[in-house]
Amino acid sequence: MEHVDGNWLAGPLAEFFSFDVTMATARCSGCGTVAELARAMVYRSGAGTVVRCGSCGHVLATLVESEDRAWIGFSGVSAIEVRREPA
Amino acid sequence: MSFITRGFSGRSRDRDERLPPGQTLVSDFPVLSAGPTPDIDTAEWEFTIRTESGEHRWNWDEFMALDIDDVSTDIHCVTHWSKLGTSWRGVSLDTLFADVETEQEYVMAHSYGGYTTNVPLDELLDGKAWVAFEFDGEPLDPEHGGPARLLVPHLYFWKSAKWVRGLEMMDQDDPGFWEQNGYHLHGDPWKEERYW
Amino acid sequence: MRPGWHVATVAATHRETPNAARLDLDVDGWPGNAAGQHLDVRLTAPDGYSATRSYSIASSGPTMRVVLAVDKLPDGEVSPFLVDEVRAGDMLEVHGPLGAFFVWRPGGAGSGSAGSAGAAGSDRVDARPVQLIAGGSGVVPLYAIAQAHADADDPAPFRLLYSARTPDDVYFADELRALAEASAPFRLDLVYSRRTPDGWPAPAGRITREALEAAVIPAADRPLVYVCGSTGFVERVADWLVGLGHDTRSIRTERYGGT
Repeated sequence: MEHVDGNWLAGPLAEFFSFDVTMATARCSGCGTVAELARAMVYRSGAGTVVRCGSCGHVLATLVESEDRAWIGFSGVSAIEVRREPA
Repeated sequence: MSFITRGFSGRSRDRDERLPPGQTLVSDFPVLSAGPTPDIDTAEWEFTIRTESGEHRWNWDEFMALDIDDVSTDIHCVTHWSKLGTSWRGVSLDTLFADVETEQEYVMAHSYGGYTTNVPLDELLDGKAWVAFEFDGEPLDPEHGGPARLLVPHLYFWKSAKWVRGLEMMDQDDPGFWEQNGYHLHGDPWKEERYW
Repeated sequence: MRPGWHVATVAATHRETPNAARLDLDVDGWPGNAAGQHLDVRLTAPDGYSATRSYSIASSGPTMRVVLAVDKLPDGEVSPFLVDEVRAGDMLEVHGPLGAFFVWRPGGAGSGSAGSAGAAGSDRVDARPVQLIAGGSGVVPLYAIAQAHADADDPAPFRLLYSARTPDDVYFADELRALAEASAPFRLDLVYSRRTPDGWPAPAGRITREALEAAVIPAADRPLVYVCGSTGFVERVADWLVGLGHDTRSIRTERYGGT
């Protein structure tokens, strides 16, 4: 199955976060690479979405959605850097 | 605010009384992947069962020399599709566990590529599960889990781990990959055990 | 521009290529969008079944008119409906505008790189050259960027390398030709993978590393590079760009998957 870019996450995650998650930078707990989530690799299976590090393929995050709930996991991310809007 | 889109029906979704609740019938075989498709040469493939006391190991040739079952079964994916009367060939877990001594009651299936899924051991024995390497008379292609995948047709299909490489016995029912991320620990389609 | 769900009314639809349609949408409450952003379209069947897909936006700016160009995928569930069924007056649910990463804004780098554009208007001096590289329908967001660049009267060098199957498969053919003919610093390089126009200097074929190297702004000029196309196309092109010395941080990619 072919992956897409992290850019694609902007829609599915906009429902849950008040900022554009794809612009946040995340540190991969597998290889230590720090990159915007927009640069990650996204595998969209029917079961859920798996976000993998663009450098090492480590699972950074998962998104599972049912009709009434969603599960957002960041199991492979040690921290996310969110840029504040200038005051 | 959702409204009906004029003229849109989507892919055909047929109901059938043989289907568990919330499932519809498909004729194709949707591919579900959590990552890149691993490319595994049968010359390098091996299958292990790890218990508290040691490890049982088969290479491809040893595996092919075991008793092989023809299996015809319905499969049910948690994404609401089902497929009736699929045909597989594989080795029963009863055969694989014939010489395995263990007190542990739970199993974590591990796949090439890192995927895991958990199943209680008694759900894998008594003719309920196989390690399958043929689908519809053809070697299982990599997209569908080849060279070999777990086949546990009475549970939702995410439990039938693709590219399976081994089973690890556990004292407790620890969650696998999808089970940690929203999906049900057990996954019985007739009880609609889809999510936590 | 917080994204939200909006009701879009189809104002007009027409054939873009033999396999694609252009949809002009009037989107109630749309806050406008930057060039390169996308939106999600949700279709709902009478039994409640719904399907959502992402589409790049071919337009930009502070307007409620949003233009899409949709390629029909052979086994698709949504794109054949959008290309063949949808007609003027239909209503669609759209979610957007989405994604601030694969975006170009006038007068500086695309947003998002460290220390983004700064005070608008004063940063023309460090406007970086931009190289756009499109495969097939991947040209849609890049056309939006090229048009936004022309509208902004931006002096930075701007090039589009566009690989299309045949001359009939070129999206926004008239608009791109007009952009290339205008005096703005925009250059269009077309390559054809299946069939070329009569008298074309190069044979039809997949884009090669050599053709790419000849057409793109050299790495030494530090261009921002936007690549959009199929997953295979983007992977190939991105690998070549890195091999040609382009900084991975300067390359932004948008792969579109199947179905």
